[in-house]
Amino acid sequence: MNKTINQKAWYFVIPVFVLVAFNAAIPLMTVVNYSFQETFGNNVFAWEGTRWFKQILLSERFHASLGRQFAFTFIILLIQIPLGIAIALTMPKKGWGVPVCLILMSMPLLIPWNVVGAMWNIFALPDIGFLGHSLNAMGFDYNFTQQPGDAWLTTILMDVWHWTSLVVLLSYAGLNSIQPAYYQAAEIDGASRWATFRYIELPKMKKVLTLAILLRFMDSFMIYTEPFVLTGGGPGNTTAFLSIDLVKMALGQFDLGPAAAMSLIYFFIVLLVCWVFYNLMMKNEAQS
Amino acid sequence: MSLELKNVEKKVGIETHIHPTSIKLEKNTINVLLGSTLAGKTTLMQIMAGLDKPTSGEIWFNGKNVTGMKVQKRNCSMVYQQFINYPNYTVYENIASPLTITGVKNNEIKQRVGKVAELLKLSAMLNKKPDELSGGQQQRTALARALVKDSDLILLDEPLANLDFKLREELREELPKLFEDRDCIVVYATTEPSDALMIGGNTATLLEGKVIQYGKTLEVYNRPENLISAKVFSDPPMNIAEITKSGDNCKFTDNDVQWKSSAKIKDGTYKIGIRPHNITTYKEGNNSVEINGKVQISELSGSESLIHFTNGSLNWVSLSNGTQQKNVGEDTKLYMNTDEFLYFDQNNRLVNNG
Repeated sequence: MNKTINQKAWYFVIPVFVLVAFNAAIPLMTVVNYSFQETFGNNVFAWEGTRWFKQILLSERFHASLGRQFAFTFIILLIQIPLGIAIALTMPKKGWGVPVCLILMSMPLLIPWNVVGAMWNIFALPDIGFLGHSLNAMGFDYNFTQQPGDAWLTTILMDVWHWTSLVVLLSYAGLNSIQPAYYQAAEIDGASRWATFRYIELPKMKKVLTLAILLRFMDSFMIYTEPFVLTGGGPGNTTAFLSIDLVKMALGQFDLGPAAAMSLIYFFIVLLVCWVFYNLMMKNEAQS
Repeated sequence: MSLELKNVEKKVGIETHIHPTSIKLEKNTINVLLGSTLAGKTTLMQIMAGLDKPTSGEIWFNGKNVTGMKVQKRNCSMVYQQFINYPNYTVYENIASPLTITGVKNNEIKQRVGKVAELLKLSAMLNKKPDELSGGQQQRTALARALVKDSDLILLDEPLANLDFKLREELREELPKLFEDRDCIVVYATTEPSDALMIGGNTATLLEGKVIQYGKTLEVYNRPENLISAKVFSDPPMNIAEITKSGDNCKFTDNDVQWKSSAKIKDGTYKIGIRPHNITTYKEGNNSVEINGKVQISELSGSESLIHFTNGSLNWVSLSNGTQQKNVGEDTKLYMNTDEFLYFDQNNRLVNNG
């Protein structure tokens, strides 16, 4: 049998190739290019090798913002995942309550990020904001623009408000896919509410929860807009998470080399954590 | 030991799911609930188990009124059409789960699980998780969980429906044996008349939330009280036609086929029910009668042949042994075994009773 040789089909791949090149490959390679060189503008570059990487990895500033970033992500995961599951468990399974709850839950997810930041900024202002003013009226010394603790509290509250819904919706979908027969079987066995949750609901939600944790990890680890609008990284540097710090370095100080090196390190950390986490969660699946 | 439903009725909103039903199940019996989907089998079982409360009526167990008693307080177990096991427990832990919850000692659990696992051929896979097992093994695990408890009442809700043919046959043969020496009442819901015949025991035929007839399986099959019960307990569907009888002579209203009947019934018009396997391509019994048919559909299923044919306005199904290849549109001769005809009066009640 003679195969016709016709390589014209490759032309069809060109659009995707161009798109991916401009969308991902070229910008990434530019960053890689910057990270190994020093520039003073005018398109003049000088080779620096791994100097910027060493500098970033050893800099206290990077350690501090990385530490803040992990702390923030850890705290919001710790709040949002259990809270999301708990809300999903209490949501109605049928009747008119279902669409009402689903719409209410999706609301925060539909609001643009900078609007969320602005909303919370005004909401939390100590003199005129509803939250800030009420707290002060109740006798709490609350001022998120000046006290680091308050700034953290407000940022975390804002993120919980904005993103817990995502965990709720995913968990709710997971819960709804459990056949009623499972609950009946547990009831016949005489299992407690906790045992039903632990041995039926949680294992059955495993996949959507893995997804929820991954999404929330990535999103919160790369958070920029909301804290930028709310606190601008302040007071001082106390809420300057990695991306805020990165933008300061790249655009504020125009340190392109170190900023590029930091971007790449940042990128690899996200990749690494996701990879480790995903493999841990899916370990059992692979065995079967 | 007995389970008795007294005038049990279940309504959801304005819909009646179970019409007032009274039925008494005795100790050491297997009782088949036979009916199509939505006939109310599952609802009836859930009421028996205590998972669902009847709208009115009472449930008595061992001479005690248990209406409204919670399922946890009753000693019953249930197996579902879907394979329901705890997903992150091993097979051993799954089977042991009803015992662990009630606080049985570890040694005893080990011994009882071992025994049941052997009975259900699960001994080799006690350390596996349910999703590593085949469908048949998953359902065996669920069955083992139901058996290990030594329940007074075991409910099986279409347990074989999701299994493929071979596994179904295999498990269906084993099932009656599993319950043989047990001191319990077994209720088995199915849509398949063949399941009921294979399992034996008693059968209740159900249609649209009503128990039509309850009795020994073979009796219900051979002597259905009425046309509805006969229809429910027939697969492929029963052939029904109107006839007139004068003296010993019977004749279809729609054609000229005649036969002699020894049924001791008055002259008049009746409906007869003929099960498909009593119309065959060969003569069977001493009193068979010939009928001409035009083949509409001809299907082979293993060692049996299903031929749908028309005769005038009659549209019938026949089931013969062996492979009988017929062409669609072909004129053919078939034979009806008149000894097996079921005669129903105008109120659909069986009249040639015994």
